[in-house]
Amino acid sequence: MIDIAPTIATASSRSYSWFDLAKRHRVLLASIFVLIFPFVMPFTALAVNILIYGLYALGFNLLFGYLGLLSFGHAALFGTGAYLCGIAIVHFGLPWYAAIAIGVLSALAMATLIGSLAIRTRGIYFAMVTMALAQCVYYIFYQAVDWTGGENGLRGINVRAIDLFGFHFDFINPLVRYYVVASFVILAFFVLSRILASPFGAVIEAVRENEARARASGYNVVATRLITFILSGGFCGLAGSLAALHLSIVPIESLHYETSGMAVMMALLGGMGTFFGPFVGAAVFLLLENLVSLWTVHWQLFVGAVFVVCVLFFPEGIWGTILKRIKP
Amino acid sequence: MAGLSFDLIALQLFTGLALGAIYVLFAIGLSLIFGMLTVVNFAHGAFYMVGAYAGLFLVSMGGNFWICLVAVPLLIGTFGMIVERFLVRPLYGRGIDYPLLLTFGLSYIMIELIRIAFGTSGYPFDTPELLQGAVDIGVGYFPLYRLFVIGATAVVLIGLWLFLERTNFGLIIRAGARDPQIVRVLGVDVSRVWLIVFGIGTAIAGFAGLLAAPLQGVIPEMGATILAEAFVVTVVGGMGSIGGAVLAGLLVGVVVSMTSLFAPEMAKVSIFALMAIVLLVRPQGFFGRAGLMS
Repeated sequence: MIDIAPTIATASSRSYSWFDLAKRHRVLLASIFVLIFPFVMPFTALAVNILIYGLYALGFNLLFGYLGLLSFGHAALFGTGAYLCGIAIVHFGLPWYAAIAIGVLSALAMATLIGSLAIRTRGIYFAMVTMALAQCVYYIFYQAVDWTGGENGLRGINVRAIDLFGFHFDFINPLVRYYVVASFVILAFFVLSRILASPFGAVIEAVRENEARARASGYNVVATRLITFILSGGFCGLAGSLAALHLSIVPIESLHYETSGMAVMMALLGGMGTFFGPFVGAAVFLLLENLVSLWTVHWQLFVGAVFVVCVLFFPEGIWGTILKRIKP
Repeated sequence: MAGLSFDLIALQLFTGLALGAIYVLFAIGLSLIFGMLTVVNFAHGAFYMVGAYAGLFLVSMGGNFWICLVAVPLLIGTFGMIVERFLVRPLYGRGIDYPLLLTFGLSYIMIELIRIAFGTSGYPFDTPELLQGAVDIGVGYFPLYRLFVIGATAVVLIGLWLFLERTNFGLIIRAGARDPQIVRVLGVDVSRVWLIVFGIGTAIAGFAGLLAAPLQGVIPEMGATILAEAFVVTVVGGMGSIGGAVLAGLLVGVVVSMTSLFAPEMAKVSIFALMAIVLLVRPQGFFGRAGLMS
């Protein structure tokens, strides 16, 4: 151990170059990618979907990848954001920006509620409790037919134009729609990067690496978990709100167990605990879904198989494995 | 409230016990696997579903329900052992989340394969002729099949209890749940024990699926719903505790059937409310050991 330590030190100090530079400017790089992304995609609507679910997986990854808590109930956060954003528009006629704010705030509130119950348990229990609580949220929204449309979903979220600071954007145009969503995603990149780079971000990773040591160092592990869960809920709520605007309907499946599972799959496929990985995962998942369903309706078989192979052989995910390879 | 007599409530209580019996079977398999292997089997619902479909297939091939009661657990248990040997085993020692994620992915594959083989829509499952009709149980007429479900569950529970408490192999399982390392030091091949425990757990799940089939029909998604509800059972009862799973399973069944009597629209939500209360008052569950999850 002592012999090789200096070698490693010189190797890493010599290669202090583009990799660290790229890491420091991850928000800029991710944003540039997002801006050129629709031009490499087969159709823009798919690109919008990848953006939205990428954001959803990004929020999930803050909890799973950085804090190490596996939640199987994130559909409740995504769906609450989507439904409340939709309800604000359909039932109260609020403008789109107020509806997004309400979507995010309600997801934060839901995350506070679910989080404070679920963090009373530890370890593997967490996945089960979050899944059960999300199922409960599903039934509640399912029953509240007057507000949510029940089984048929919430319909009629028609946002035709985005008016802001005197500018007028045609929300029907797919490319304009893409860039409206992209601006929110870039904002989310920036906020997430700030959180991770802050002292609190360091505490998050410390809790993941060694809970006992973090506690012994005087950090409040329970509060860190709850705050991270709530922050994660905010990102997922934003993703849900954008999904509501994009689809102009909130299907009841937004709250379904499979939507929770989708975040897990995307984050793991892409690479948990990496900044850009969830995005890669979302892109791979949705491209796979779209391409495979061209010739068979049973695309879930392929997604499931790819996921199982990933768990068995590439636990770092696609982006995580690439990063490990190119890291000097 | 004129229609709510004592007899009606008593009958609903028995309905709840029959429903709870299915939860109990499902949850003890889950609990057994977790207690021994520390694996949360997210594919448990899929094994349950495949059990129901295996019964459907065997009956359509000319077999009868009584053969299924033996054949289905054997088939599903064997399948479970194959899964443990080739998919779950490589993941031991790689963190507690990985087997969970693997079984989660596996459930997708199993559900989709069943959809390919049997189609996406569900099937009714006929109650076996011998168990049709209702019997007078003192407070009114009760479907015979539900009584049979309660009885079959009791038989499985007693058998499992005798196996765990009265056989040498059961002794090894109990010791392995407490401290696998010491058991290994004593010269026991623990991985073989884990293989068999996973097989027993999934066999019980398949059996539960078969028992539930005549009550609610058979659809590919039937496992996902009961999985979430079984998690409630294990949280309420205490994970890894067989006794807890039995008590909590029956309790959840009774809570569901009682709320569907008084407030039908709240029936599904009520069991999650029960879980929330238990989490607030006693986070480790009725019989859970505090600190087991750390």
